[in-house]
Amino acid sequence: MSTTTTAKPAELPPWAYAPAPESTDPGIRARYDLFVNGEFVPAANGGYRTLVDPASERPLCEVAEGGAADIDRAVKAARRAYANVWSRMPALERGKYVFRIARLLQERAREFAVAESRNGGKPIRESRDTDVPLACAHFFHYAGWADKLDVAFPGMRARPLGVCGQVIPWNFPLLMAAWKLAPALVTGNTCVLKTAETTPVTALKLAEILQTAGLPPGVVNIVPGGRETGRALVEHRGVDKIAFTGSTAVGKWIMKALAGTGRKYTLELGGKAANIVFEDAAIDQAVEGIVNAIFFNQGHVCCAGSRLLVQESVAATLIQKLRRRMGSLIVGDPLDKNTDVGAINSKEQLEKIEKYLAIGVDEGAELWQSDGALPAKGYYCRPTLFTNVSQSHRIAQEEIFGPVLAIQTFRTAEEAVAKANNTPYGLSGGVWTDKGAKIHKVARQIRAGVIWANTFNKFDPSSPFGGYKESGMGREGGWHGLMPYVQLETA
Amino acid sequence: MKERLKVLKTYKQFIGGEFPRSESGRTYVLLDPRQRPIANVCLSSRKDFREAVVRARAAFDGWSARSGYLRGQILYRLAELVEDRRELFIRELRQQGATVAAARRETEQTIDLLIHYAGWGDKYPQLFSTVNPVASPHFVFSVPEPVGVVALIAPQGGALLGLVSALGPILIGGNACVAIASEKQPLSSITFAEVCAAGDVPPGVVAILTGHRRELLPHVAGHMDVDAVVYGGDDREEWKTIQSEASRNVKRAIRPAADSRTLYRIMDTQEVKTIWHPVGF
Amino acid sequence: MDSADGRTVAGLERTTFPSHPVDAVGVEERVARLQARSVKKQSKVAVLELALSMLDLTTLEGSDSPGKVRQLCAKAMHVHDGLPSLPRVAAVCVYPTLVRVAHEALRGSGIKVAAVATAFPSGQADRETKLRDTHFAIEEGADEIDMVISRGEFLEGNDSYVRDEIAEIKSICGPITLKVILETGELGTLDRIRQASDLALAAGADFIKTSTGKIQPAATPAAVLVMMEAIRDHHERTGQARGLKAAGGIRTAKQAVQYLVMLAETLGPAWLTPDRFRLGASTLANDIVMQIAKESDGVYQSANYFSQA
Repeated sequence: MSTTTTAKPAELPPWAYAPAPESTDPGIRARYDLFVNGEFVPAANGGYRTLVDPASERPLCEVAEGGAADIDRAVKAARRAYANVWSRMPALERGKYVFRIARLLQERAREFAVAESRNGGKPIRESRDTDVPLACAHFFHYAGWADKLDVAFPGMRARPLGVCGQVIPWNFPLLMAAWKLAPALVTGNTCVLKTAETTPVTALKLAEILQTAGLPPGVVNIVPGGRETGRALVEHRGVDKIAFTGSTAVGKWIMKALAGTGRKYTLELGGKAANIVFEDAAIDQAVEGIVNAIFFNQGHVCCAGSRLLVQESVAATLIQKLRRRMGSLIVGDPLDKNTDVGAINSKEQLEKIEKYLAIGVDEGAELWQSDGALPAKGYYCRPTLFTNVSQSHRIAQEEIFGPVLAIQTFRTAEEAVAKANNTPYGLSGGVWTDKGAKIHKVARQIRAGVIWANTFNKFDPSSPFGGYKESGMGREGGWHGLMPYVQLETA
Repeated sequence: MKERLKVLKTYKQFIGGEFPRSESGRTYVLLDPRQRPIANVCLSSRKDFREAVVRARAAFDGWSARSGYLRGQILYRLAELVEDRRELFIRELRQQGATVAAARRETEQTIDLLIHYAGWGDKYPQLFSTVNPVASPHFVFSVPEPVGVVALIAPQGGALLGLVSALGPILIGGNACVAIASEKQPLSSITFAEVCAAGDVPPGVVAILTGHRRELLPHVAGHMDVDAVVYGGDDREEWKTIQSEASRNVKRAIRPAADSRTLYRIMDTQEVKTIWHPVGF
Repeated sequence: MDSADGRTVAGLERTTFPSHPVDAVGVEERVARLQARSVKKQSKVAVLELALSMLDLTTLEGSDSPGKVRQLCAKAMHVHDGLPSLPRVAAVCVYPTLVRVAHEALRGSGIKVAAVATAFPSGQADRETKLRDTHFAIEEGADEIDMVISRGEFLEGNDSYVRDEIAEIKSICGPITLKVILETGELGTLDRIRQASDLALAAGADFIKTSTGKIQPAATPAAVLVMMEAIRDHHERTGQARGLKAAGGIRTAKQAVQYLVMLAETLGPAWLTPDRFRLGASTLANDIVMQIAKESDGVYQSANYFSQA
């Protein structure tokens, strides 16, 4: 299938890190029900889906999945809680509930990190060092906004919207739950959260924390399920606002479904971000940034730097350094603390990625993958790069959502910007140069919602995140992230 | 059957993260509303104040360099600790003359106010920073920065809440603070200092002195290494002295209005820095 | 443009080498990621033993005497006899006046004698003095020379002065290993550290070394990573494999392990040898040995059971 160029031997230490498994018990129940009105309840249809651990391909647990009737129950519970309890509560008290959630999550951080890795396949190092801390920080940050809305929008009063229907993806399950719930709750809304089909576990564990925190029943409802569950939620007339993170295709469907209904929505969709590396960049740090940009979370990141645009004069050096660095990436068991690249989230996703690898080769691009053993079982994909890529190739245009980097060269800054913008997507971008003026110039010219200069994949609860063009609309994080959850009226 | 003898508490100053007595060795007797002695309280001297400023200056760089998020976490922890010591604070307020209901209310408001200010840490810069739309090819942004070492003259009444409502905005904004506690109701301030010591407040960031306000005022207001003085009292003569002495090193003299919003109280002890950078190839 | 005494006119020959910008925040992130590596069980013992074999046991005090040096050499030859299979340390590092004593004490052990030279630690002396200092150390029996660069000249921009100095010392050394101390703590930025590394490697240094150990900060993970990258790029460009010595402030086994992880992942397995990597330290040996003992005994150790130098 592939025309692989001769790879350098893997740059791994001769002792090869002994297994370093994270051993904390993730506290995953054998079976999870829906979380509606403050309690765990079975789905109306009584059925359960078996979830699979993508690293071992073995069953992980069972989870109930909500149908239209369950969504209806959840929405009604959210509405009651909104009208009778949550909207009447003094703002600081709402904030204090969310502070409690943040604290409780901090206290059980390691357990949640392991659960996230078991369910989704991402390395424990990432769930421990990135996902869970950011989730805690998100709750903590937004908790502090609750009693400050009267000064956040000068001259305006910020009213809640009511019941929010929120649909989240499988790539950052806990973090996306935090990104959705935190701003919605502190602005006075109640929520029905629909988790991704393959990864509901940490959100359901979060439900346990909501119970411990004493959150009034119905304020947050969590309904696992697949496409049909999501559809029921989007179409439900009792929902005032939809927040969705997922594919552009589904985002477009949502827009159509809500057209004419008066219901609000925000969308965070796909991306095909370009990392632009100039010849005057700090090259070694740029290599690190590129690796982080596309191999973090196995490339299952909407804002991944899945394209590399490198100035021709440093292209050969950069690509050689990149290959060398990729040689020290450890692909393996997500629960091993030394694993850099974990399991692909599902068999389905792995097949999609492999399809693109074949497409890339067929199109005439040159594929290279690092060496190194892969575990015998589980869904794994080696970090891959394609050279000899042109703008017209499908691998340069379509979102692959895997650890695959498409590399092109450029000669002038104008050319780089043009290539970077030549896409219907506009979520993020990267600029690497030691020259400050160039950073500012290029950053203003790239049509994307988040520009990382001399860094990548940096997130903070205070920093707005969201896309231009077909990458979606609306922002999450910081003051800007309050706006999608309030309606502003003159005071 | 004899009742067990209680151990009486010594109320000391809080300087540099420690609890020293006044270098002057002086104390004053604190009386309750019925003129009965409650405790001997340190009579802080100007040298104590000097030492507190030295420690505050040393602590300022580290405190201001911490993220707003982290400072918020620390203030939240203080709220946790005050909540944990509710009964103690209520009892002390009652000792100093409050009714049970008033003491409870004041303690709860203090906790909630700490939570409130904790939440501002990683937010107020967003509301007070700007990107300035200049007419030249430059990226120009303005950000708030803490003013530095702030001396605080706490209100005489409102033993606990008065101190915390003035201290909260100073701390969350990244300043180090040397507070002169209420002369008439100092106990809560010292117990609050214990909370600061037990919480994660870095040594020197908060100092609490107890003493005769009139005696300390000129030294506080005239100190050349204090960047701002916040006056929480309501005496015109005192305020005039402060404003006049402040001129020595152009320190900011601030007298917050009673009804000023918390966000703007934070800005009282912030400077604004504007940075220009060309935009181009 | 050179003047008569070999110094360049300040400012005219600022950068001999293409500048190689280094982003400090990016470096620290890479360091943090490397420090998250978990080295356990059999890996850990292997790494610790490797670290031990890379030690330059050091004494560089004004108060050093033959007695002190003999004790250090004795420790070098018997790090901990309770663990018989320990590898021997790489070298003992002393002032030139004590090289003869060390050489005598270590005779037959295979442990090398490294001497600091060139007006260590400040390097503030004229060329003649530095050359004489080096000659003397070699005549006394030094197997390796650890020299210091002229930081003042470097920071002033006199690259060719610094380069010429290194080249001259190397020509005196001949086959004797020359380690060039950059004194990273005085150079200010990682850009400078990279620049000094490139310069020293081009001038013929066999090893580039972080610090004299006499000032703070001494070796830091960020400085060491940048130096490793310089060695790597030099190897890519020229095929020459040069070495690195991290010295100063390395007290714990944990630090040693972290540096070896950094070495393995940056330069690769071929550098995991005392011929290409050293750790300059005085008290590190015992902490390493205590960790090794802990791995075999299963319990945490006490310093009481391990001899001092």
